[in-house]
Amino acid sequence: MDLFQTITFPALGSHLLVGLSRSMILFVVTSGMSLVLGVLRVPNVAHGSLYMIGAFAAFSISHLFGGGAIGFWLALILSPFVVGAVSLIAERSLFCHLYEREHLMLLLFTFALMLILGDLVKMVWGADYRSIMAPEFFRGSVTLFQAPFPRYNLFLLLVGPLVAVGLWLFSNKTRIGKIARAAAVDREMVGAIGINVSWVFAFAFVLGCFLAGLGGALVSPTVSITIGMDHDIIMEAFLIVTIGGLGNMWGAMVGSLIFGITQSFGVLLLPQFAIVFPYLAVVIILIWRPTGLLKSVW
Amino acid sequence: MSKGIFNLKTFGLAAAILIALAFLPPVLPRFYVYILAVIFVTALLAMSLNMVVGHGGLFQFHHGAFYGVGAYTAGLMMTKTSLPGWMGLVAGPFAAALVGLLIGIFCIRLTRLYFGMLQISLGSLIWAIAFRWYSFTGGDDGIHGIPLPSLISSPIGAYYFCLILLAICLFVLYFIFKSPFGATLQAIRDNPERCEAIGINVRRHQLIAIVIATFFAGIAGVLFVVVEGSVFPDLLFWVFSLEVFIMCLLGGWFTFAGPIFGAAIMVSLRTFVGAYTEYWTLILGIMLIFLIFFLPEGVWGYLLEKMGNQKQNLHKETK
Repeated sequence: MDLFQTITFPALGSHLLVGLSRSMILFVVTSGMSLVLGVLRVPNVAHGSLYMIGAFAAFSISHLFGGGAIGFWLALILSPFVVGAVSLIAERSLFCHLYEREHLMLLLFTFALMLILGDLVKMVWGADYRSIMAPEFFRGSVTLFQAPFPRYNLFLLLVGPLVAVGLWLFSNKTRIGKIARAAAVDREMVGAIGINVSWVFAFAFVLGCFLAGLGGALVSPTVSITIGMDHDIIMEAFLIVTIGGLGNMWGAMVGSLIFGITQSFGVLLLPQFAIVFPYLAVVIILIWRPTGLLKSVW
Repeated sequence: MSKGIFNLKTFGLAAAILIALAFLPPVLPRFYVYILAVIFVTALLAMSLNMVVGHGGLFQFHHGAFYGVGAYTAGLMMTKTSLPGWMGLVAGPFAAALVGLLIGIFCIRLTRLYFGMLQISLGSLIWAIAFRWYSFTGGDDGIHGIPLPSLISSPIGAYYFCLILLAICLFVLYFIFKSPFGATLQAIRDNPERCEAIGINVRRHQLIAIVIATFFAGIAGVLFVVVEGSVFPDLLFWVFSLEVFIMCLLGGWFTFAGPIFGAAIMVSLRTFVGAYTEYWTLILGIMLIFLIFFLPEGVWGYLLEKMGNQKQNLHKETK
């Protein structure tokens, strides 16, 4: 049984917290995807690429401002806007002309966008590994459950719920959020009462991509930033929104928690097969509840 | 349908092309023989996918998983067991069809996007296992230098093996396409509710289609091993599956021969454009956008429509 010798109470606790903070990153990314899914009903395959752009933009911005605390905070605030701008350009120039077309075409368009953005990132930033440092304040760790726990991850644990509350307020308390939800249910009706649905879609799409950029910026101090991170995240994001229920924001939260925690416990149990655990969890959930855990908006 | 299943003109044309291809290897440089063999393999894969996507209307997003299962089964049987090599070649398609059946049973309960999503997750599970199980599948390195039966181990032998199998598979696929089963499948694609109402077991038909398609994907996987002599987890990766999906779109969904053109165009572009630039996916992406905006029915679909229109116009003029 020496295989499971590594499992101790502190190890369980710290893996749980690491899994939770990973879940928060996943939630920030998937909530954006879920929003696009809910309103436009398109799985945005390019979402992972925008996340990657967010991380690279955070790298560039933080270096531009000297890599200190100011650079970090500016990167965190500005890079989602960079990503939002990229997505707005793509949406207004090409994507918006496809809304009347068959759904599969929209999906394929986002795939094309993923291919293009992936290579553009390679052109702009190159294929090297990049990294940025979290500011002084977030470095080091605190002791929780008798185990060291990085401070930055605690920050992530704060940000995730904040984004959730913000999105909930947006979609339930603001006018445009309500319109977006209505457009998701019945597009013709919303158009018929004189609302420009195309712009509502654009807004939802850009906001979703903004969240992808935010996720990329948030993750940037914890991983090495490199091309290829888009492929990893997009698959995870897909699976999370599927098990959560397509287009349901709280579903994205539940899915992220399941995915992040199974992943981190997988590392504890069988490090070699850690990536198999979340997939296995997804398969079990989908076999048990084929349309996801929470109610889909579709 | 009064002309029967096999229109003499198309059949003759196909036979002529196949015979021409059979005479190519002695005159072509070795590299082109290899590229042609790759095109044959990819074309078969795209055809098998199109059977469920174009004709069946199912969102088969992770077809590469079955291709990979076929290739891995053949590769593993040839390297890890002392059974004769041919056994691996035969076992590949059956393993792929078995996995296709298992995944299909779960996926078929869902429709449209959920179908595709569940399939991607199940396929990714296979990918994750192949990617990580170093001691068995070789992990991300894959398996290289697979010992093939001597008859097909040379590039020329592999070429003829692929050509013959492709010809047989095309014949069978065309037969299925034109059979009552194929017609039912296309009817289900166009209107599943009505088909259900007139007493067609929609899900059973779709499941059978998936199993047949995955079987052919398995054959393509085995042929991949014959051509390349190696397998690696990229075959099972979902990005590759979407590329095959694009091939179907590029050639034309609703046509029979479209995916062959799609595969030929994609493989040639990848080989020749990829030799000049490292930004191959950028070109692929731009190509895909052009396709979505200007040629949604695909290259072959567009040509067929053009030819059809001309015929109709001629018809009108003679009237």
